Amino acid sequence: MAELDARGLNCPLPILKAKKALKDVAAGDTLKVLSTDPGSVNDFESFCRTTGNELLESGEADGIYTYLIKKSG
Amino acid sequence: MSATESNAKQMTIIVTKGTLDWAYPPFILATTAAAMDVEVSMFFTFYGLQLLKKDLDHLQISTLGNPGMEMPLMGMHMKMPNIVSALPGVDAACSTMMKNLIKKKGVASIPDLREAAVDCEIKLIGCQMTMDLFEWSRDDMIDGIEIGGAATYMEMALNSDINLFI
Repeated sequence: MAELDARGLNCPLPILKAKKALKDVAAGDTLKVLSTDPGSVNDFESFCRTTGNELLESGEADGIYTYLIKKSG
Repeated sequence: MSATESNAKQMTIIVTKGTLDWAYPPFILATTAAAMDVEVSMFFTFYGLQLLKKDLDHLQISTLGNPGMEMPLMGMHMKMPNIVSALPGVDAACSTMMKNLIKKKGVASIPDLREAAVDCEIKLIGCQMTMDLFEWSRDDMIDGIEIGGAATYMEMALNSDINLFI
């Protein structure tokens, strides 16, 4: 699974880097994103709803937010 | 124009400010919109045209007449009285503080955001009238931009879903 470490980055960098990383992900495959930006929770929901990619999972542990994004076909 | 070539949502932004702080809203929104599959055009006019210059090191904030500006400093917040802001060198010093803060907080730099804008094929249009007015030449500006005027902007705006003036 492709993984993007966006820890320490602030808005809008996690989204911009996720978009870039998704380019190298095949349709149907999954990208895992790590972030420390609390605002990224809502941002990744909006990003996925708008772009049609599926947010399979969104969680937080010890200040690290983890997202699993399935690239749309 | 790409206006009629695709079904993607479109957005235009008129960029009128040429300070470090005011450079953020247009570039953040433009790059994020592009990441969300929106076709974005940015029209840089008046002081906003500063943001298309090759070198962006000259961008500064001004604390003068800005009561909303507080810089975090040693656990407190520092405000700048106008009489201090007016002193030579204060804007430059505050701009350096701001740039350090930006780096420390993981906020993108303006050169980085502009590069991202170019990378995701955001259309950047410089205002011809402003170039004439301030005697800036095409050579002062980065490559890959277009030059146009109000009618160029209006055609894009009429075809767009979102039009912002910043």
